[in-house]
Amino acid sequence: MSAPLLSVENLVLTFPAETGRIAVVDKLNLTIARGETLALVGESGCGKSLTALAIMRLLPKPGRVEASSRIEFDGRNLLELSVPQMRAVRGGAIGMIFQEPMTSLNPVTTVGDQVLEAVWLHEKMSRSAARERVVELLHMVGIPDPRARFSAYPHQLSGGLKQRVMIAMAMAMRPRLLIADEPTTALDATIRAQILALLRQLSFDTGTAVLLITHDFGVVNEIADRVAVMYAGMIVEEGTRRELLSHPRHPYAQGLLKSIPRPEARGNKLLEIKGVVPRPGRWPPGCRFAPRCPSAFDRCQAELPHRTTLSSSQGAWCHLVEYEVHT
Amino acid sequence: MTILSADALLEVRGLQTWFPIRSGVLRRVRGQVRAVDGVDLTIYPGETLALVGESGCGKTTVGRSLLRLIEATGGNIWYDGVNLSRLSLAAFKPYRQKMQIVMQDPGAALDPRLTVRDAIAEGMEAFGLGASWAGRTERVADLMRRVSLDPELMWRYPHEFSGGQRQRISIARALAVEPALLICDEATSALDVSIQAQILNLLGELKAERGLTYLFITHDLGVVRYFADRVAVMYLGRIVELGRTERVFNAPQHPYTQALLASIPSLDPDRRGVKAMALGDVPSPSCPPAGCHFHPRCAVKLPSCSTYDPPVVPLRDGLSRCVLAPFCAGGEGEPERTAVPTVGPSANAAGAARP
Repeated sequence: MSAPLLSVENLVLTFPAETGRIAVVDKLNLTIARGETLALVGESGCGKSLTALAIMRLLPKPGRVEASSRIEFDGRNLLELSVPQMRAVRGGAIGMIFQEPMTSLNPVTTVGDQVLEAVWLHEKMSRSAARERVVELLHMVGIPDPRARFSAYPHQLSGGLKQRVMIAMAMAMRPRLLIADEPTTALDATIRAQILALLRQLSFDTGTAVLLITHDFGVVNEIADRVAVMYAGMIVEEGTRRELLSHPRHPYAQGLLKSIPRPEARGNKLLEIKGVVPRPGRWPPGCRFAPRCPSAFDRCQAELPHRTTLSSSQGAWCHLVEYEVHT
Repeated sequence: MTILSADALLEVRGLQTWFPIRSGVLRRVRGQVRAVDGVDLTIYPGETLALVGESGCGKTTVGRSLLRLIEATGGNIWYDGVNLSRLSLAAFKPYRQKMQIVMQDPGAALDPRLTVRDAIAEGMEAFGLGASWAGRTERVADLMRRVSLDPELMWRYPHEFSGGQRQRISIARALAVEPALLICDEATSALDVSIQAQILNLLGELKAERGLTYLFITHDLGVVRYFADRVAVMYLGRIVELGRTERVFNAPQHPYTQALLASIPSLDPDRRGVKAMALGDVPSPSCPPAGCHFHPRCAVKLPSCSTYDPPVVPLRDGLSRCVLAPFCAGGEGEPERTAVPTVGPSANAAGAARP
């Protein structure tokens, strides 16, 4: 196996609080192979978006990436790059799209010029050549009549078209990694289906790896190869899409999947996960999920679980799973 | 004259809510946004009717027009045989007690300056319920226990609660005046999935206990399929399909319903690949396309669809608004079409009739 495209090791993100710095992401490890789509799934506040921002070195102040962390991309530790070097990586080798295309686009510049800016930042070419490249990109992301839409302002486009423009911008430099933070959450169902089909097609055609941040297991099933489930700043289970959706082992991953209203559940109660996600700084000493876990026992309250290997690709951080596997 | 079904709780006929577009120095009316454009609905006591559609289809405006939070520009609403549209606002007030609403964002729906106790008791005070201040406070405590909130917290303010807890407060507040109909406008959409499950379970329990009727406005088809008895699908201000939940999901008749259902991602790892069946984007309700509103996005349109407004085709359990509906290939679960349609749950089928 060749070296992964992205490897995040021991990532610790902290924010200051009255009692000193508190961790919001704690000793997180993840890898993405070339061309692979990894979904990072979790509920609000689990740290999934902050992880994505930290990889781009865009963690908002006063947040800090602690010194023990390593983010290795294509053989380079991104945390050691100078600001201009990092700027070249952003939008170059790594592209990013966000949930709200409305707030990510400049309202007073035409969408064509905004994509053009992305092209020009990384590649020297004549204006007419760059313009052709932009039209080609707009066409690639399925914008109808791209030549006319070049001079449209963001407010003249629908939410779905704006998200397509964002994708065009992110794909302008043929990135090796695309970070997509809830790319379809703000979109309507029929438009979401179009954007999911587009993301799958683009990643297949261009071989771009994707880090998908989402809370929606339906979206995971559509485009992910592998899945990592996060809870309270940690990954609690990882595996292939099939392993996670068919045989989740961590009680949190199981609970999340069972609490989704499905047609088979009609007439029955949905499984509830009791209580709420604990806030950073209020994490319990043992397993973070223990206070809400239906199967927690003594050891869970006291000791943070380690990864239990379940297959070459699946692993869970759970004492119960460890017992089950070793007995 | 309209024939009303005797056993309906709420009957809506030809509901129309248009918003004027004004421009220029004189603020002349230049056009109308036809947010709701001729909606007929019947809600039977004890049922859960889901109103689904994408953003801008007018589903929220329907909910607000029913409560006269927005005044409709046309149409009639009967509650228990009384035509609400003809009542003065003062005469309408008692009906606000019978119809309550739970909104999407409980953070915005709750007054930040009212304690939880005052927020829940506000409606009781407005309708003169509860003998005394202490009596109302006792009832607030009961309601809080019912929605699984600790009554000790009643002197706190909304910002001290999580999103799920705030939605519980909104539900307790609505229940405080003992409504018959609860309009849930995207009540679980802003919540995380594990919290959504808690709220859906709570709403299910409350319905069973109190015989509540729900109008469940949502864009989440998974929730609809799990929770609703019947579904009305809206597109650009109109209902394009209506029927029993099982039938609509198993044998959708309108091409828009079909596109909507095909766009739901499955959770089954063996079933991957949503279909983007609706082309392009939703047009603006200020200038809906001529003919069938859906025709520019429709995959099976006929040449006549761009000029000819499709009739309402009655189905045994509802309706479809598509010229192709009478000719759709029959499959399993295919609803029979009848000359005099009956709508509503089977228990009520005999008494129901449409104009």
